[in-house]
Amino acid sequence: MSEQSGHRALGLTDHEFDLICEKVGREPNGVELAMFSLLWSEHCAYKHSRKLLKNLPTEGPRVVMGPGENAGAVDIGNGFSVAFKVESHNHPSAVEPFQGAATGVGGILRDVIALGARPIAILDSLRFGEPDTERTHYLVDGVVRGIGHYGNSMGIPTVGGEIYFDPPYEQNPLVNAMCVGLARTDEMVRAAAAGAGNKVVLFGSLTGRDGIGGASVLASAELDEGDDAKRPTVQIGDPFEESKLLECCQELLAEELLVSLQDLGAAGLTSSAGEMASAGGTGIDIDVGLVPLREADMEPFEIMVSESQERMLAVVEPSKVDEVLALCTKWQTASAVIGEVTDSGTFRILKNGETVGEIRVDDLVDGCPLYDLDPEEPAEWTYPNRETLPVDASASDIALALLAAPSIASKRWAFEQYDSIVGSRTAHRAGAADAAVLNIPESNRAIAVAIDGNGRRVACDPFQGTIEATLECAANLAVVGAEPLGVTNCLNFGNPEKPGVAWQLGRSIDGLAEACRALDAPVVGGNVSLYNETPQGPIYPTPVVGMVGELPDPAHAAGENWREGDSIALVGPFDPSLAGSELEKQRGQLGKGLPQIEIAPVREAIELVREAVRSGRVRTATDVSDGGITTALAELAIGSGLGCDVHLTAVLAKRDCSAEDALFGEGPGGFILAGDEAELEKLGGQGVEFEVIGEVRGNELIVTAADRRVEILVEEAEAAFESLEDRIESDQAGLTH
Amino acid sequence: MKWGVLQFPGSCDERDALNACQIAMTALSFGGGSGEAPSSARNVVGDLTGPASLPRLVWHEETDLSDLDGVVVPGGFSYGDYLRAGAIARFSPAMTAVAEFAAAGGPVLGICNGFQVLCESGLLPGALLTNERTRFICRQGDLIVGEADSPFLSGYEAGQTISIPFKHQSGRFFAPPDLLDQIESNNQVAFRYAPGQNPNGSLNDIAGVTNEAGNVIGLMPHPEHAVEGFSGSTDGLGLFQGPAIAAAGAGS
Repeated sequence: MSEQSGHRALGLTDHEFDLICEKVGREPNGVELAMFSLLWSEHCAYKHSRKLLKNLPTEGPRVVMGPGENAGAVDIGNGFSVAFKVESHNHPSAVEPFQGAATGVGGILRDVIALGARPIAILDSLRFGEPDTERTHYLVDGVVRGIGHYGNSMGIPTVGGEIYFDPPYEQNPLVNAMCVGLARTDEMVRAAAAGAGNKVVLFGSLTGRDGIGGASVLASAELDEGDDAKRPTVQIGDPFEESKLLECCQELLAEELLVSLQDLGAAGLTSSAGEMASAGGTGIDIDVGLVPLREADMEPFEIMVSESQERMLAVVEPSKVDEVLALCTKWQTASAVIGEVTDSGTFRILKNGETVGEIRVDDLVDGCPLYDLDPEEPAEWTYPNRETLPVDASASDIALALLAAPSIASKRWAFEQYDSIVGSRTAHRAGAADAAVLNIPESNRAIAVAIDGNGRRVACDPFQGTIEATLECAANLAVVGAEPLGVTNCLNFGNPEKPGVAWQLGRSIDGLAEACRALDAPVVGGNVSLYNETPQGPIYPTPVVGMVGELPDPAHAAGENWREGDSIALVGPFDPSLAGSELEKQRGQLGKGLPQIEIAPVREAIELVREAVRSGRVRTATDVSDGGITTALAELAIGSGLGCDVHLTAVLAKRDCSAEDALFGEGPGGFILAGDEAELEKLGGQGVEFEVIGEVRGNELIVTAADRRVEILVEEAEAAFESLEDRIESDQAGLTH
Repeated sequence: MKWGVLQFPGSCDERDALNACQIAMTALSFGGGSGEAPSSARNVVGDLTGPASLPRLVWHEETDLSDLDGVVVPGGFSYGDYLRAGAIARFSPAMTAVAEFAAAGGPVLGICNGFQVLCESGLLPGALLTNERTRFICRQGDLIVGEADSPFLSGYEAGQTISIPFKHQSGRFFAPPDLLDQIESNNQVAFRYAPGQNPNGSLNDIAGVTNEAGNVIGLMPHPEHAVEGFSGSTDGLGLFQGPAIAAAGAGS
């Protein structure tokens, strides 16, 4: 293939190719072009999003590492830090769900391992189409198995996550994985290469032909018919290798044998070595003839861009190389010195000593042009609407339909396929609390972790919807008594070159910035996944927000069931509306716009709830989320087997809303708390809206708003809530990996 | 009593087991039978080699177990288990040493993958097959303590119900009819899944068995994940304390 047209097949525009020629001073050869095409891809260079991301608040007193490192990290005291990051593996999972999801988990684990942290938890945020198609069954089965396969085999607990089902994800599912790691703050390592003459050691799996072009042709382009042919660009995961790699890295760092450490992810050696040199302001020489290969006849460009999994790159002082290689041998992991750090500022590729490519590090890593977007707000709702629930359904039928809604219904069938307890830290398991709680005896406290993002609401209003996703995370932390420390995010959007998507992306980042500022929760890292689009259209704009917080004592994380006779209170400036709600979806009435809200009073409610939980004054707390007040009450009733009798008279009186809004409306800022009445009453009169709305009683869920009443048996509610497993698994028997 | 916990490449519950040993022995020396130890006893991130009395990891290539009073073959995976769970680990130098340790009467506890390894090694009867539903399953469940005569059960009453997490993909206990009869008639059943809670299709609801002598025990559920109050159950402590309790009883 001639390089003249070859650049287009590699995903570079003519303009970008010309720019490369100009920088190199000649036409790049094949190796150089392959390397440019990957590091100048959207996936690696963030060329359509980097300018917007500059608006995010990234600093705070607890921030140890911010954006630009392998993962962000925040101080949790006593000399320890928590490192965390969320990353997407959407397109690989669309074409090969099992390996795509598995290697998504493997990749995010390595980001955290590379900081010198030991991973202690995984969370996942997944999006699929409606659960009644063969494709969705195939994807759900593969993705859930893939996540479990990797996390379970590694011995890292999967402690939480969320799964939404909406038609725009049918062809382009989202698989976002978040990893949380624990490290001694003074032992964390950075990825910058340093010290000319130091050796570059590659260790871990052998390098093969898998995942070639993954970051460019797969991750940075829209999905299309015939993408099955791209299956070879998906990497193959081997958690056993990664398990050895983790222990090996921990031991190498404990023995203080490394100058710096970097994982190999998208764009393989090119990206890792290039970014190490860039961060350190050095040059680097890599001899592909020294790379341990799975297949002997690989071309230099293949070796440089292979995305074979379970590999790490380290910079090592020459005197320590033997010890490093010996430790790798102990852990039965391949290792080799493949190059050295130079002071040339150049990334030189050699093959058995002979130069086969030469690029300035700056040109490769920072030379990619950054683009301004051309945003334009779409005039109307551009996503499909489908009526599945008649508009005249009774309140009880609506309640059951909402509980059975795939995005709301119990995901226990999925979470039980994950090891949620290995590591002996899990104080709240997946699905048992709004946020997962992990015990950190090293710092005498606990952390809470949540991940959220409702794409449907962001589609209605990208700015408001993203604020809501961030507030939801903070609310999830509050109900276990945790205070936010830092935020990570994964921005999943369609093709940013299209004005409507560009508008969604810009407004969403503005919303994220506003909410994080208002909560004093700095963004310490993140990932952008664009081109999530098929001929059927783009996905819902889906910013997934991950938040880590701390709490003094997991014993007060309010995980208890409510008890007969407990009072039930509604707390916060909750103003329910059907706009963008699950009910509006089921009625096929989705449209543009969400009610605008003020963040400050929501933050006050969050803080009140957090303190109430910490003090142990409430038995249980949950935030009002998808499906509104009735759904929140139903979930508490199902968990305890006890019903309730609730009247929403106060909501109707205070808000100018309909009975349906009160029963099923959604929006931020609402919490349901239950406990002894005398204790609950103490929460009143503190400047946060507070009403006792009913009590725990009997075996029926009764919620009344004016002339509308939900009246169902708790066991009916439970049957609806647990109904998703059968829908998902109905025809899955033959679709095993 | 000093415990050793085997570590294979790919083990993943070995730190949890080490932690459980330490908590269990600390609780015992604090005078409690199955009380909770101070949480400062745990040691997960950081140094894993302590003073002589503390439990220690045993690398899979080690063969000298002479400093140990008991051995845990932990859960997780060993050498990746790509052939069959436990099939490679049985050939490791450490397992040869464990077989000798067991033959000399030393207490050996196999958890999950460790149970599989002990069955593969012939130290325990039966085999563990892929779960009936072929999926990994992780949930808290109840076990009924069996009638087996084993030092590991000395902290429990036969018939007692204990809450211990289940988590495995290949935990379906199987033995041919003759062997199954023999296991039952010899009272080698250590634990059964509580009625209605068999998660994997195990024959006779068997969750754990002992060898004929009783000094080797294996179970699929994970007692090392039920030793601290925040996890919801401390019922697993007894397994790690059993041999010490039995030895103290025999000595007094």
